[in-house]
Amino acid sequence: MEILVSLTIGALVAIGIWMMLDRGLLRVVLGVVVLGNGVNLAVFSAGRLDGRAAAFVTEAGAPALAANPLPQALVLTAIVIGFALFVFALAVLKRSWELHGRVETDLVTAVAEEPASDLPPQGDKA
Amino acid sequence: MNALIVSPLLIPLATLVATLLVRRDPRAVVAISLAGALALTAAGLVLVGLAAQGQILASQAGGWAAPYGVTLVVDRLSAAMVAITGIVGSATIVFAMARDEDPARCRDFHPLVHGLLVGVCGAFITGDVFNLYVWFEVLLVGSFALLVLGGGRRRLSGTVVYVVLNLVATMMFLLAAGMLYGASGSLNMALLAQAFAAGEVPATAHAAVVLMLTAFSIKAALFPVFGWLPASYHVAWTPISALFAGLLTKVGVYALIRIVTLFWPDAGIAHDVLLWVACATMLIGVLGAAAQVEVRRILSFHIVSQVGYMILGLALATPLALAGAVFYLIHHIVVKANLFFIGGIAARLTGSERLAAMGGLYAHAPWLAILFAIPALSLAGIPPLSGFWAKFVLVKASLDASAWIAAAVALVTGIFTLLSMSKIWNEAFLKPHPAGGISARSAAGLRPALWAVSALAAMTVAIGLGAGPVMDYAVAAADQLAAPQAYIQAVVAAGGR
Repeated sequence: MEILVSLTIGALVAIGIWMMLDRGLLRVVLGVVVLGNGVNLAVFSAGRLDGRAAAFVTEAGAPALAANPLPQALVLTAIVIGFALFVFALAVLKRSWELHGRVETDLVTAVAEEPASDLPPQGDKA
Repeated sequence: MNALIVSPLLIPLATLVATLLVRRDPRAVVAISLAGALALTAAGLVLVGLAAQGQILASQAGGWAAPYGVTLVVDRLSAAMVAITGIVGSATIVFAMARDEDPARCRDFHPLVHGLLVGVCGAFITGDVFNLYVWFEVLLVGSFALLVLGGGRRRLSGTVVYVVLNLVATMMFLLAAGMLYGASGSLNMALLAQAFAAGEVPATAHAAVVLMLTAFSIKAALFPVFGWLPASYHVAWTPISALFAGLLTKVGVYALIRIVTLFWPDAGIAHDVLLWVACATMLIGVLGAAAQVEVRRILSFHIVSQVGYMILGLALATPLALAGAVFYLIHHIVVKANLFFIGGIAARLTGSERLAAMGGLYAHAPWLAILFAIPALSLAGIPPLSGFWAKFVLVKASLDASAWIAAAVALVTGIFTLLSMSKIWNEAFLKPHPAGGISARSAAGLRPALWAVSALAAMTVAIGLGAGPVMDYAVAAADQLAAPQAYIQAVVAAGGR
């Protein structure tokens, strides 16, 4: 089980990083998501994988082979946050695509670093 | 007591909700927003007052004792950071009251600023590694939305760079937190520090800390992972980029200081690496600034360079060096936010933030020239302003520790900083305006912005002239950092109900 999970995490991280090296920003963002899932799985596996019983502690103590609830709670938090950030990134990409007709890493860097446009004289409307 | 510890979280959170409730009335939004930021400042100053007496306040959420409850801790460093966050937040909101036709000046601005402040304050007072991750995410969400506020090609593109690189850093931090838990069975910083000190942790825990420090280095914009900062900070609306410049990288610096002093209090390999990273950050940052021709892009590279000084203090790890790092943090947040504010006013008056298209400000607006000179000279370290004392202490600590190269780099960086500031001075202030003159009407409605800038400049002068008390506080804060036993004791003693 541990070996299978480790290999899966490794494969997800590798795919994620490979996609993040792409020129197309959509693949970069999807790569971040794949990488994020690899990381989530790694955090999940930090608290034992052999848990078979729900972690209800009774007066007799914790059951044998209880699952570790803490990494599950951590991963749940991370999944929710990760999803929200993914949606935000997609919204920014969609708007960039509407403005430029294409979204590529070098284009974005070039636009962000182009000279500042002049400000109109302000307060003239008043 | 518990109510006071959570107040840095509750005040901005309540303000956020209140500004959303009255969002149909722009005046009420601004009034509530300003009141919230001032209340946060007041709460921060009360915490500083309590922390100055030497006690470490700790609280366990929900009344569960240390490994189970989420711990909040306020020591001298945390209290000072909360207070300075309130001050910069208030200045930003006052500055944003000035009339401006930027589309980012909308009703969404205020709730987002307070959302950002919740995350920043949370990161400063938490005593739990995973909780720190959550606060980082909170401030990140706020900063994403603020950076892109107003839209436009440049802002969207800058936001894409900022979002992707910060997401990667955050993921590294999450992985490190998970590994640390897997290796040690705890996420509570005080208990982890105890386990590290007793040598009870396996090597994987140390590996996890290395990964965590890498993630914080990206957040703090250290060499060689600072590239995202000068590529994105200059695109936002002036008050927003000033708020970011003052606070955001400093959350990363704070996290680095907290984690290194707690887990690896004795100088070791990590400190040697940090020393070289600090020297490279100071020098590369200031050299990068030399190649820039826009005000905010020059200042962005200076953020990188200045963060190097704080890390220098952390890397030397002597009490004096740590005191220098704390003093530098306090002084730098005020000065850097103020320079971004003044850059915004200068761009507004001259109609551009490209140095080539600026000019004539000394003749047209001598008051702005004086207001610029104060933080600019302070940044370069000219006595008697605040930056001089910060640099003086760090250079002295380097010489005491026989770190000759670091001392030399710190001094050379100061000279380059002065050159860079005089470039802005010559181009934007002394040179005549290339288009023949500055429209007098551009200054209409600028008064609130000048209040904010004057208040921060007065603070810089006050920290410089009254350096004694501030330095005493920084030295005491450094003593707490250098001897984490008191921090651990406070958390363990805070217990449950």
